[in-house]
Amino acid sequence: MLPRARISFSRMALVHLALVAYALVSLFPVFLTLINSVKSRNAIFRNPMQLPTAETFDLVGYATVLKQGDFASYFQNSMIVTVVAIALVLLFGAMAAFALSEYRFRGNSLMGLYLALGIMIPIRLGTVAILQGMVATGLVNTLTALILVYTAQGIPLAVFILSEFMRTVSDDLKNAGRIDGLSEYAIFFRLVLPLVRPAMATVAVFTMIPIWNDLWFPLILAPGEATKTVTLGAQMFIGQFVTNWNAVLAALSLAILPVLVLYLAFSRQLIRGITSGAVK
Amino acid sequence: MTRSTIRGLLLATSVLAMAGAAQAEDVTLTVESWRNDDLSIWQEKIIPAFEAKNPGIKVVFSPSAPTEYNAALNAKLDAGSAGDLITCRPFDASLELYNKGHLTSLNDLPGMENFSDVARSAWTTDDGATTFCVPMASVIHGFIYNKDIFDELGLAPPATEDEFFALLDKIKADGNYIPMAMGTKDLWEAATMGYQNIGPTYWKGEEGRKALIAGTQKLTDEGWVEPFRVLAKWKDYLGDGFEAQTYPDSQNLFSLGRAAIFPAGSWEIGLFNTQAQFNMGAFPPPVKTAGDTCYISDHNDIGIGLNAKSANADAAKTFLSFVASPEFADIYANSLPGFFSLNSTAVKMEDPLAQEFVSWREKCQPTIRSTYQILSRGTPNLENETWTESANVINGIDTPEEAAKKLQDGLDSWYKPAE
Amino acid sequence: MSDATLFQDAAGVARRPRRWHIAVFLLPAVLVYTAVMILPLVETLRLSLFNTVDGQSTFVGLGNFKVLFGDARWAADFWNALKNNFIFFAIHMLVQNPIGVALAAMLSTPKLRFSAVYRTAIFLPTLLSFVIVGFIWKLILSPIWGVSPYLMDLVGLKSLFSPWLGKPDSALIAVSLISVWQYVGIPMMLIYAALLNIPDEVIEAAECDGVTGWSQFWKIKLPLVLPAIGIISILTFVGNFNAFDLVYTVQGALAGPDKSTDILGTLLYRTFFGFQLQLGDRSMGATIATVMFLIILAGVAFYLFVVQRRIRRYQF
Repeated sequence: MLPRARISFSRMALVHLALVAYALVSLFPVFLTLINSVKSRNAIFRNPMQLPTAETFDLVGYATVLKQGDFASYFQNSMIVTVVAIALVLLFGAMAAFALSEYRFRGNSLMGLYLALGIMIPIRLGTVAILQGMVATGLVNTLTALILVYTAQGIPLAVFILSEFMRTVSDDLKNAGRIDGLSEYAIFFRLVLPLVRPAMATVAVFTMIPIWNDLWFPLILAPGEATKTVTLGAQMFIGQFVTNWNAVLAALSLAILPVLVLYLAFSRQLIRGITSGAVK
Repeated sequence: MTRSTIRGLLLATSVLAMAGAAQAEDVTLTVESWRNDDLSIWQEKIIPAFEAKNPGIKVVFSPSAPTEYNAALNAKLDAGSAGDLITCRPFDASLELYNKGHLTSLNDLPGMENFSDVARSAWTTDDGATTFCVPMASVIHGFIYNKDIFDELGLAPPATEDEFFALLDKIKADGNYIPMAMGTKDLWEAATMGYQNIGPTYWKGEEGRKALIAGTQKLTDEGWVEPFRVLAKWKDYLGDGFEAQTYPDSQNLFSLGRAAIFPAGSWEIGLFNTQAQFNMGAFPPPVKTAGDTCYISDHNDIGIGLNAKSANADAAKTFLSFVASPEFADIYANSLPGFFSLNSTAVKMEDPLAQEFVSWREKCQPTIRSTYQILSRGTPNLENETWTESANVINGIDTPEEAAKKLQDGLDSWYKPAE
Repeated sequence: MSDATLFQDAAGVARRPRRWHIAVFLLPAVLVYTAVMILPLVETLRLSLFNTVDGQSTFVGLGNFKVLFGDARWAADFWNALKNNFIFFAIHMLVQNPIGVALAAMLSTPKLRFSAVYRTAIFLPTLLSFVIVGFIWKLILSPIWGVSPYLMDLVGLKSLFSPWLGKPDSALIAVSLISVWQYVGIPMMLIYAALLNIPDEVIEAAECDGVTGWSQFWKIKLPLVLPAIGIISILTFVGNFNAFDLVYTVQGALAGPDKSTDILGTLLYRTFFGFQLQLGDRSMGATIATVMFLIILAGVAFYLFVVQRRIRRYQF
């Protein structure tokens, strides 16, 4: 293709330069967290920018973190909650978004607005009533409580974004499906869902972040040792009078990894969705 | 709903729940606390000491971060899912919990006789009739200094305000060390380590505090404005960029030997002992002129009470009696030097710095923080306003007089002293 | 559920068979969402009409709102927070979203190498918890730690350094920019997905007509991703007016210095849950929450009923 050649080498270089520069801005603080998490306390303060040397290398932070709590179990809890909640948000959210974007029925706009209400008030405000509900149903200190809350919390945004994307799915395609005798469910699951996979991956990533990083609901609904999440576990080291810097940095570094892995998993899905050619 | 039915439901309904594994005959008590710093001391010393004597009762210490403690605890208490034992903030915050029926009276708890009225005052109703938390510890304000730096520069701890500033000038002139490690970023440092630390000297401790509650003194009176004026002068002796210096920054500046003086609470001792590589000393807030009575803030800081909805009230009371015992006082005060036992039985403390702090009780008049009792019951909250204004004074945003006026206006808007 | 009757009515009017599948599609989301989110929130907002009088919870009508806007102190706190919140929002719209669009445009350059690496790197801050972001930026901007003074010294700008987070004039801007740093990945991702959604045929047709480079971006691509830009604007609006955590972790619940970083979220948290010696005031907290809700509702309604209907959508 001829015109593509016009994207000249120098322009490509400029694009790379800009992206590298911004990537550095993004990564620098993370990099700083990582290098200092393996340094001794004195070195953190005396020379925060220095890479750990043989002299300043110190794993005391990680040792403290691993000794203090059962971090493997915390990770497992965070993983279960995050993955199950995302799955539910995606499924329920996509179904509702499809109903709203595909069908004209009375109350459609109203329903759209109703489902969007949730992004307008922080769910944290409902804490007391939510907690009372969980106490009444015996779900306090279970991961189920967290999954329910996060699913409810994620649905509004999922519906909002997915219905926007579903509107761009071609009507001809769906009508062709109908003529072929596909049920509405089949049209949704077999025709539409594959087409909005990039959007689904996007929603998954957005939903995952507040869930993984939430401190409040684990603290209120599931503070027990058996149901503690990573973020809540890391918070242990930020005290009132003593802040254990090594441990905080180590715990924070450990907490970055799983979320990065999750992101990469979805990110590949996103790319696959795009490159499969389904969109075109 | 009782705890056992909750546990039953929990087992029945939740596929993921792993709790409830405890044996049926064992009672498990959960302690709510903001002292996550103390987790290891509870796990390694206090709980084993208690469990050894009380088979059948297990204790779980379950702290949350101090900044979230009040909000999280209140939500859990309202919904009925809070732990059996509640660590009590002093004065109004806990009184409110008692008034709402979340805490129970501990008047007839065996062991309560070990505490004086003063010790109990932070957790007793206004009429003095009911005490609802077992007092655990108090903290004392003062200044901790780096002895090595003082020796190097040939300095001695100051007794008067003038000596104090002369001392700061000398350290500043030397230029190698930051005279004083304090920042205003976290606000409370300026209020607690600054205003409440030096203030009692000027408002004459309990005398001024009670007059303020009675309405015979105002925050705009000289005794209350002067500490702000002194505080405003501190500005020149703080490190560069103190406006953005956080409390942990201050601690690290001092414990890494870069600053000479740390306006402190006694609770720092434990941390500094483990982190500082130099000798330390302490001096009480300097008086105005030599020979004046000195005043210190000896503030009841932490207690522990019984959740009114606890299903294990008997076991919990057994634990509270243990907390009231001299044995607990000994373990606590020596594991956490700087948290001074409120128990009438004197505790022998090993730590020299802690001994220094507690020795001021002999020569100085103790008082509690001026904003804690009664005066923080309304909106705007006097304590929180004091944080903001103390930082404003040091930062130069408000003059001492403006700050005092703002505080008094805020107080006047809701507080009517009893006639 | 009244929704079901709505569908039946609609079906009746259209003389079509009852479209049960609509209800089936909506039901799970509506059920979980209503039970776990809406009902508790309604329960809370209801409190804004009640207050404690003589120890009893009493219906006070709009009394709490009168206090919020009428009492000098409450009103001052509220307007201060609202003003700061608008500044916070403006900085996001002016800095975060343009950067996000620019990054997405560059990332979608055809045959760009390492595009996944860039995307991951730029998105990484968005994945971090507020605990990390607050902690690390406080360290970087700390005058004690010396990271930013050191970096600014390298480019000869050390004299420009000041303890930004501690100064009332600069604290809000600094916090907003930290938030921009953290969240720029979101507009980037959404726009990126939208740009990739543009079929090759459209681009090829444009190139055949000689529309390339910047003019292609402005004339062809940007109009096509306008709906996505609409989404990010409204998400930014909603997110900013619900923001709380970052200010809380960086500046504390009192949003210092001198309340210069106080936004509606922090004001609400302090009021509703209390802070330190200040006890939580559920009624006034719920009142502030209701006002916040109305502000956001107005913004979202504006988007849904005015903006969204005017944006042209293209189906591919």
